[in-house]
Amino acid sequence: MKVIVAVKRVVDYNVKIRVKPDHTGVETTNVKMSMNPFDEIAVEEAIRLQESGKVEEVIAVSCGISQCQETIRTALAMGADRGILVECDVELQPLAVAKLLKAIVQNENPEIVIVGKQAIDDDSNQTGQMLAALLGWSQGTFASQIVLGEDSAKVTREVDGGLETVNLNIPAVFTTDLRLNEPRYASLPNIMKAKKKPIDILTPEQLGVDITPRLTTLRVNEPPVRQAGVMVESVTELVDKLKNEAKVI
Amino acid sequence: MSILVLAEHDNSELKPATLNTVSAAKELGDVTILVAGSLCGEVGEAAARVEGVEKVLVADAEFYAHALAENVSALMVSLGDKYTHMLAPAMTSGKNIMPRVAALLDVAQISDITAINDSATFERSIYAGNAIATVRSDDHIKIITVRTTAFEPSKAEGGGAAIEVISAIDDVGLSSFVGQELTKSERPELTSAPIIISGGRGMQSGENFPMLEEIADKLGAAVGASRAAVDAGFVPNDYQVGQTGKVVAPDLYIAIGISGAIQHLAGMKDSKVIVAINKDEEAPIFQVADYGLVDDLFNAVPELSAELEKSQ
Repeated sequence: MKVIVAVKRVVDYNVKIRVKPDHTGVETTNVKMSMNPFDEIAVEEAIRLQESGKVEEVIAVSCGISQCQETIRTALAMGADRGILVECDVELQPLAVAKLLKAIVQNENPEIVIVGKQAIDDDSNQTGQMLAALLGWSQGTFASQIVLGEDSAKVTREVDGGLETVNLNIPAVFTTDLRLNEPRYASLPNIMKAKKKPIDILTPEQLGVDITPRLTTLRVNEPPVRQAGVMVESVTELVDKLKNEAKVI
Repeated sequence: MSILVLAEHDNSELKPATLNTVSAAKELGDVTILVAGSLCGEVGEAAARVEGVEKVLVADAEFYAHALAENVSALMVSLGDKYTHMLAPAMTSGKNIMPRVAALLDVAQISDITAINDSATFERSIYAGNAIATVRSDDHIKIITVRTTAFEPSKAEGGGAAIEVISAIDDVGLSSFVGQELTKSERPELTSAPIIISGGRGMQSGENFPMLEEIADKLGAAVGASRAAVDAGFVPNDYQVGQTGKVVAPDLYIAIGISGAIQHLAGMKDSKVIVAINKDEEAPIFQVADYGLVDDLFNAVPELSAELEKSQ
């Protein structure tokens, strides 16, 4: 079996983001960038499937600017075998990324695609579901456990009330939730080895995919700031305030 | 404008998140609710009683029982040409189904909207709520998930919509339901509870969560947790409040031993009143709290419980 994992380069989760003064977006120049945390979980899962002998090859794919190669290198250092970058400079929205991934799936013929459930920049939570739809595949979203069989997979999903298990035909798209696994750190020797692993570079034109954005961002604003309240000295004072001032209990 | 709202339900009960989504839909036009389920007649009737709903469509088939995305999205696509907008609550079910509908219709999805400016322009939070984007969609049909806390619920009673039974389309046969393990609780659901008490890493162990449950039961509250508490294995993931968990906005949110990481604040900062109890006076949670108490939670929580007992 072959697995494709998609990895996105995003502003590092520790960075306190700033809205650009002209309200066109969020400042990303001179800001630390990293692999989307849910995508790290996706890479880890793919590598574990390979280590368990169920998967022969893991391909890491990223779509975006040239620097996304660094994100692919991170996946290669974790253990992916090779990378594909679909390089372009324009804004890529989830539907466009799903179409690019579909084109790559048709070239590479994997049985499984694993992606993060959401990217921590646009918080869309769409790409995996859209890819499954475009391919006509089953989807196992928000996965906390994946048990791979010959031609089907049992996926345990994080749902609002608890956990749900579904049986999916393979080929399938999985999207990862937090408890699926704990991603490994790449060791230094593996980071060195990753530098020699191949990364193919393609363009949306070569793949014949229209990536025109469908949504126009009119402006980006800071959220309203919540005013800090008062500090209380004791539990008694707290309960009194909740009762008589805020009137919420 | 004609709007289709996908009902959130468990085949016997219409979930409150649907009511908030109906309110968003009413801002856009005439509202039809779609109930896709199995033996879900009662849900259809409940949907017809929601105030301001014109019509209810009920599609009843065994393979709709568990809202499998592959089947429900195919059904919604078959209805696509009749509607200008399709909305679902931004809960795990809507998040699972709606992007599939959007891709099948070759349109964008607008995720987790918090405001409607006009029929094509919406506000949504990005970067864990640290920025608000205003986006316009020019697609012929708008596929939308709705942040339920951003819209007041419509009244569950008072409406008199016509119910139309529609035929199911075939089981697409890609997936099947195996089982579920739902957290059993007598307490209200997190996303609709009027009061929430949440614990963070400061709770030290899952064994200490009953302290919070005791208070929750006195207040009629739900119990939540920060991602740190979930990651540490104290409580299951469905307790998680934050960017990657549930977004809540109760009348009262009590944060116990929660430092206030950005991604947690993203899930609760729209609560009406926020209380924080933390022994670290520098904790960022105090910057958003209406009432802060610097104290060891292992002193303060039992005291709070006793105080509430006294005043009842």
